[in-house]
Amino acid sequence: MLNARALAATALLPLAANAQNQVNMSTGISEAGAVITDLGVEIYDLHMLIFWICVVIGVGVFGVMLYSIYAHRKSRGVEPSQFHEHTGVEIAWTVVPFFILIGMAVPATSTLLEVYDNDDAEMSILVTGYQWKWKYEYLDADGENVAFFSNLATSQEQIYNTDTKGENYLLEVDEPLVIPVDTKVRFLITANDVIHSWWVPEIAVKRDAIPGFINEAWSRVLAEGVYRGQCTELCGSYHGFMPVVVHVVSQGEFDDWMAAKKGSAAADAALAATELSVDELMVRGEDVYNASCLACHGANGEGGLGNAIAGSAIAMGGLDSHLNVVVNGVAGTAMQAFGAQLSDVDVAAVTTYQRNAFGNNTGDVVQASDVVSYKEG
Amino acid sequence: MGDHHHGPAKGLSRWLYTTNHKDIGTMYLWFSFAMFLLGGAFAMVIRAELFQPGMQLVEPGFFNQMTTLHGLVMVFGAIMPSFVGLANWLIPMMIGAPDMALPRMNNWSFWILPPAFLMLASTLLMEGGAPAFGWTFYAPLSTTYAPPSVTFFIFAIHILGVSSIMGSINIIATVMNMRAPGMTYMKMPLFVWTWLITAFLLVAVMPVLAGAVTMMLMDIHFGTSFFSAAGGGDPVLFQHIFWFFGHPEVYIIILPAFGVISQIIPAFSRKPLFGYASMVYATAGIAILSFVVWAHHMYTVGMPVAGELFFMYATMLIAVPTGVKVFNWVTTMWRGAMTFETPMLFSIGFLVLFTIGGFTGLMLSIAPADFQYHDTYFVVAHFHYVMVAGAVFSMTAAIYFWLPKWTGRMYNETMGKVHFWVSFIGFNVTFFPQHFVGLAGMPRRIPDYALQFADFNMMSSIGAFIYGASQLLFLYNVIAAIVAGEKVSDEKVWDGAEGLEWTLPSPPPYHTFETPPKIEEQPAH
Ligand code: HEM
Ligand SMILES: [Cu+2]
Repeated sequence: MLNARALAATALLPLAANAQNQVNMSTGISEAGAVITDLGVEIYDLHMLIFWICVVIGVGVFGVMLYSIYAHRKSRGVEPSQFHEHTGVEIAWTVVPFFILIGMAVPATSTLLEVYDNDDAEMSILVTGYQWKWKYEYLDADGENVAFFSNLATSQEQIYNTDTKGENYLLEVDEPLVIPVDTKVRFLITANDVIHSWWVPEIAVKRDAIPGFINEAWSRVLAEGVYRGQCTELCGSYHGFMPVVVHVVSQGEFDDWMAAKKGSAAADAALAATELSVDELMVRGEDVYNASCLACHGANGEGGLGNAIAGSAIAMGGLDSHLNVVVNGVAGTAMQAFGAQLSDVDVAAVTTYQRNAFGNNTGDVVQASDVVSYKEG
Repeated sequence: MGDHHHGPAKGLSRWLYTTNHKDIGTMYLWFSFAMFLLGGAFAMVIRAELFQPGMQLVEPGFFNQMTTLHGLVMVFGAIMPSFVGLANWLIPMMIGAPDMALPRMNNWSFWILPPAFLMLASTLLMEGGAPAFGWTFYAPLSTTYAPPSVTFFIFAIHILGVSSIMGSINIIATVMNMRAPGMTYMKMPLFVWTWLITAFLLVAVMPVLAGAVTMMLMDIHFGTSFFSAAGGGDPVLFQHIFWFFGHPEVYIIILPAFGVISQIIPAFSRKPLFGYASMVYATAGIAILSFVVWAHHMYTVGMPVAGELFFMYATMLIAVPTGVKVFNWVTTMWRGAMTFETPMLFSIGFLVLFTIGGFTGLMLSIAPADFQYHDTYFVVAHFHYVMVAGAVFSMTAAIYFWLPKWTGRMYNETMGKVHFWVSFIGFNVTFFPQHFVGLAGMPRRIPDYALQFADFNMMSSIGAFIYGASQLLFLYNVIAAIVAGEKVSDEKVWDGAEGLEWTLPSPPPYHTFETPPKIEEQPAH
């Protein structure tokens, strides 16, 4: 398990400039001083209220204790008193805390009710956790859903310390979630395999993503900006490598983005109908490989959690069995059914890539039309 | 003494066949210490990997195996057996009984433990690796997506459960039936009380854990779908069952620790415990409440709001009896005549740090805020304050306190004090910064992290290495005391110590209280 090469490299590479050390929960206020979400501010205030109550009680209890440790030491020649039991005191320290708790429960209850107020959402997004990435699907009133996967964008070189770590190390994705500002967005959260949890601290949303069930959460973000979070439920080997990035933009920008998204979906469909050159397929395939396959199959196809691709009998054997694995996955293993996650062009590209990279050199070219006809059986 | 009152057998068979509560207690304590070192070694791997951002030493999958085994070994191998060992040694001596009520079962409940842990550890060498789904083993990560070794894990959990249930039945039977005449319930030392209540908790919830792992076994091998929505089951059901066991489990861990502290603080304050009766009632109150708060571990699973509110209020309520405990200990110290030998230092360390853990517990109980805390390092900090500075510190205090009684030899006091201060500082350097990184957004159970968490993580790792190393000092001190410690002349050892065990010679003979002692009129606590 030792990775001496990486260890040596770490010693040599300075860390990227460190952001300052944050010691408290997100305040719900942006650096520019704007409220990010009302709920986030409220939760932060609640957190600080309870914190200060604890501090006051703690100062009292520890103060008495420290004084006692100082004053009631045998070395000072004191005689131990033998007092014990005092009904009045005992009732007091049972009843008073009880009332303090009621004082905490009141604001806690009202905030909780707000967290649960999912009504009147202006748009809905289906968030699905996969090992180890998120899928976002905008549920469109006219049925034209836009969907895409959001993968970790940090390179393996950075993770394995052979490249300098960037500012947003492990908190960057290839395609962020984009939502409009000042809009009540409802998140419908679920998972495809194991339980994940979708969390963005600054917009105060965390909800478990549970396979077979759909959870609801909401947020109305008031300040434009980029908000980052992570999966917070252990979901397997790469649990630490599936960040969440949310871009909050103006309504106009959002509409443009949405239109472009729909346009590129159409372009993809058009692309699927054309023949691509080997080079085009290889370039596209490498991108897809790095985003979707590399985590398990290794940067050089050497394998890891998954089998090796380099020299693999499947990747160098019959095309149908290769496509079968890519499109349908392998049940009971971490190998997912990518047919449902990638476009036909991308499946074609990555299959071409696997058959020709890492010294496999089969010379085979797979086109989107091959994937379509494979899927149709 | 009559003829049949023989000493221990010689050699290995003494330990294999023994039914003597002192021998069995000793074996439990050594075994749990070995597990403490093993679990600690796993923790060192975790902290070494987290020393800096980036992957350096291990692969992410192996990292998860380490966090999983660390948690399982510490909870089930180190903390729980150590308190059973303490119970074995002390309960008969404290209530004036000659031995435990069911001595053969006692032997068996110990001896099934080592094979269970051997099996658990052996999963590291199996194909697919050891369990990597966390000590809370949520389905379906622990069922459909688990490595093949999960079956061995399930078997190991079953054995541990059987051992705990047998141990608890034994304790209940002993306390209910074998008290010396005149030792009424309300005269029992608090350590005995807390263990009696703990034993009932164990008997109530270990079968629930057994049920959970059996359902997993069925899902994995026999085609059922308890925890799979695809077959009509529910993964959240697993969490409800697990935490119905799991929350009482955390009190199973801490109640005997409360008992220990309630013996030690009065001894070194030279003053009776302030409110004996209210301590007993508070313990019982905590135990009862512990059955109705389990879903505070599940605020984010999407429970209906009424459920959230119920579990939030119930959890907040636990602060009341917990507060009663803390206030009682502090008031016991008040106007005493304190000295600060190692057991007292560890007890005061417990008191301060456990209280901090109680405060973070109260913060976590606030459901809307827990949406931000849940599954971050803030929770990791919370439960290490209550489990390490709580349970482990109190266990350490107990060893220093009773070791001279058990062995008739004194440990090295200076070394003990050094052990305390190094542990105390190491512990806080490790876990205090984890509050910060947790609040700042670092999830738990990740092998690599964003750069803004780097400084505090490095600090945490350094603290962990210090805390870990200080345990070797402890080991050395204990062995040196047993082998060559100064002999203690006095039965009482500590001038303020009260209770029947201190009326026995140090070390006590192999069999004690074969004729029941006479309990004096004044309360024994
Ligand atoms: C005042 C008393 C306490 C309260 C109110 C309290 C509350 C909580 C809450 C609400 C959580 C869940 C946090 C989350 O996952 O988001 C939690 C976690 C935990 N607590 Fe406590 N707690 C208290 C005392 C204790 C004690 C005495 C122990 C054990 C000795 C303990 C051990 C744990 C453990 C092990 C976890 C985390 C389990 C896991 O997810 O791995 N707590 N506590
Ligand atoms: Cu709990």
